[in-house]
Amino acid sequence: MLVHTAFGRAEQIARHWAASGCPIVIHSDKSVPRKTYAAFKAKLSDLPDVRFAKRHRCEWGTWGLVAATQEASQIMLAEFPEVRHVYLSSGSCLPLRPVQELIDYLTERPHTDFIESATTADVPWTMGGLDHERFTLRFPFSWRKNRYLFDRYVALQRLVRFKRRIPNGIVPHMGSQWWCLTRQTLSAILEDPERASYDRYFKKVWIPDESYFQTLARLYSRQIESRSLTLSKFDYQGKPHIFYDDHLQLLRRSDCFVARKIWPFANRLYDAFLTDVSSAMKRTEPNPGKIDRIFAKAVERRTRGRPGLIMQSRFPVEGRENGLTCAQYSVFEGFTDLFENFEAWLSKTTTTRVHGHLFAKERAEFSEGQTVMNGALSDSATLRDYNPQAFLASLIWNTRGERQCFQFGPRDVQDIEWEIAKDHNAQISVITGAWAVPLFKSNRNFSDIRQEAALLQQIESEHLKTLRSPWTKARVRIWSMAEFIEAPMEPLQTIIDEIGQQSLRGLAEVPKMSDLTGFGQFLQNLKNQGMHPYLMGDFPVSHGQGEAPLSQPKPYLVR
Amino acid sequence: MSLWQSYRMRLRRKRAKIRAWRKHFMLRSRANRTDQIQPGDILLFSTLRDEYVRLPYFLKYYRDLGVSHFVIVDNGSSDGGAEYLADQNDVSLWTTNASYKRSRFGVDWLNWLQQKYAHGHWTLVVDPDELFVYPFCDTRPIRALTDWLDVSQVKSFGAMLLDMYPKGRIDAVPYLPGQNPLEIASWFDPGNYQISKNHKFGNLWIQGGPRARVFFPNQPKKSPALNKIPLVKWHKNYAYESSTHMLLPRGLNLTYDEWGGEKASGVLLHAKFLDTFTIKAAEELTRRQHYSSSVEYKAYAENFDDTPDLWCKWSEKYINWRQLEILGLMSKGNWA
Repeated sequence: MLVHTAFGRAEQIARHWAASGCPIVIHSDKSVPRKTYAAFKAKLSDLPDVRFAKRHRCEWGTWGLVAATQEASQIMLAEFPEVRHVYLSSGSCLPLRPVQELIDYLTERPHTDFIESATTADVPWTMGGLDHERFTLRFPFSWRKNRYLFDRYVALQRLVRFKRRIPNGIVPHMGSQWWCLTRQTLSAILEDPERASYDRYFKKVWIPDESYFQTLARLYSRQIESRSLTLSKFDYQGKPHIFYDDHLQLLRRSDCFVARKIWPFANRLYDAFLTDVSSAMKRTEPNPGKIDRIFAKAVERRTRGRPGLIMQSRFPVEGRENGLTCAQYSVFEGFTDLFENFEAWLSKTTTTRVHGHLFAKERAEFSEGQTVMNGALSDSATLRDYNPQAFLASLIWNTRGERQCFQFGPRDVQDIEWEIAKDHNAQISVITGAWAVPLFKSNRNFSDIRQEAALLQQIESEHLKTLRSPWTKARVRIWSMAEFIEAPMEPLQTIIDEIGQQSLRGLAEVPKMSDLTGFGQFLQNLKNQGMHPYLMGDFPVSHGQGEAPLSQPKPYLVR
Repeated sequence: MSLWQSYRMRLRRKRAKIRAWRKHFMLRSRANRTDQIQPGDILLFSTLRDEYVRLPYFLKYYRDLGVSHFVIVDNGSSDGGAEYLADQNDVSLWTTNASYKRSRFGVDWLNWLQQKYAHGHWTLVVDPDELFVYPFCDTRPIRALTDWLDVSQVKSFGAMLLDMYPKGRIDAVPYLPGQNPLEIASWFDPGNYQISKNHKFGNLWIQGGPRARVFFPNQPKKSPALNKIPLVKWHKNYAYESSTHMLLPRGLNLTYDEWGGEKASGVLLHAKFLDTFTIKAAEELTRRQHYSSSVEYKAYAENFDDTPDLWCKWSEKYINWRQLEILGLMSKGNWA
């Protein structure tokens, strides 16, 4: 048993093991003050089968831990000849099941060594980018205290292509440091004539406590079961997760015999598990998968986070967002100009939430004219434009589970365009030049119309450049207005299909297109004034046949 | 980050320290029980004025979380709060009648006291209307959090300020001593916050919430900052730079992850909008001791005349920390 803090708990655990007749050898870190150590020793003096090993300095990732284990193992094997299995545990380990159950379990498997042991090539347990190099480089500097020197020295060795020879062709294995070995295997490792050379080699390996016994056990064991009997979960930095009182129900569902690490003040856990068999809690069906899931999720949360969430402790730099928003949404440009009842039609046809122009200059036009949206998002334009990216990300985050659609166009505030274009969650459909329809319908002086048309055309052509840029990740579809009205149902059907939330009726109903009689002439008038509207495509000027089908759209039925 | 810049930051930190030293002459020790502080204790620092009505619940809340000692500066209370605090046997009390504003809103006083008493301790700096919520706070004491932060070699823990408000007029229900203020102010804005990064100090600048929505919709830049770093493993060389929004040295401000992951974070439930608020706001208009000539209070006074209700259809009612976690206002990060 390796102990370095929380001696009160360590004593409790030692007594628990001893109560079931298990002899114990305790090793305490040399950095523990002598007084504390002496007091701890004195407290356990009434137990007959407790021995104390010579103290080594145990710094994480260094040889000291292995030396301590060797020392303690030798005492155990020498002083307690009846011992058949040796279990390496620590002061912050907690037996989850009655010790007798463990004894019975091991008695049934007298020749099995329980030690997690895998070759570096087969498992991705790497820390600091070092896997096989742990065994081929030298690590004289502490990773914790001298990180700079550690990193420099590794870099230097890589530079000169230094490689250590692995003695006697042993195959390095790694695994949890908490094992349970049989006397045969453990004594074979400790009494190996080659031990000195192995020790010399492993002294300069990084984190030898996770590889020394794991490697050497492979040489001698008759039967290895490559798993640890100790439940131990590691976070993304390789630190063990700590168990607290609220993990009680979880730990009861573990199939392991021992868990680590336990928070020293987790009174409920200690009270619940450190009892004799009679008062032990009724066991529940083991479900180790649940424990795995919880801790795997924690690692995932810490390393990848929730996509599309921007918050106080997740503020990714550009490019590391893992999705600028959390869900797919659709942006429609020009549709409301061309169709009279587009928003109503869209929300009827799909089960999505359809907003107006969210980035309009006056206010954010939320659906149904609401002034505040999910998440208490205000429709104030100033507030929105203060941080448009946050506005959009919040809206999509707040409405998780409901697809959002909104209108966009050259009359809106354009600051957000890049954010949307770069977002792979965005589906952007554009009818270029449709902004001319409201101008065409308006009752304004032609010179004003001409001026505004020029401005809008300029804004939209800039916007189209953005959408066509190589950085755009959104799914973008662009039609010129002329192209679109030739067969409006096809593109609409495609968009709706992609949204994939079609109501059962299919596209039975068609949005009503604005009356475009005379639109060609209107464009010609603009041209005559020297302003060339080109984004809408070719519209014939003649009042004759060319326009007839446009002004009376057929009620298409698409099944 | 050039050497020159880091040197200027160092000067800034030193200046904050000198300010703290200068301002400490204004503090009068009223009850000094700091000799009770044991190694490893978690300490709480606070400045307050006329908050008697909040104190019983405030002290109870933090005692229950496992705070061992309170170090409090009373800035000229006249409501008997100072006497009450002086009688508590886990409170050390300093009093002063000096200007709150000129001590940079209490930061100088607390920087001094922290330098003197908090070295090597985990310290929580909160106002009496702020309730600290962190992951698993219903099942694990604050010591569990700080032990875990120690193991993870993290020195500071961020907790965003979340404004709580009642449904209806804020002065409709009177707040009674010892009462949980969240019983009255139990609503908050779940998702309308804006974050930008302060490149100079490395901290995030968070704005939004009901105050931006109702009081500052047309001048969002003026709406109050909500980012806070209240829990720090204090070292005598550290200094809060401006309220608890940012710290020096700047590494302490990095309570967020920039590579896509989430660090663990908490929330300070800000139960400011109780019936006591209207009186305070009226007083602050003449006292002008708050940030930027009490611009915040001016906006409140103007708005509360016609819109006394912060509540809206999309306000969320507070249940527990898990709810805040799901809403994305705080995170468990790597803690499980």
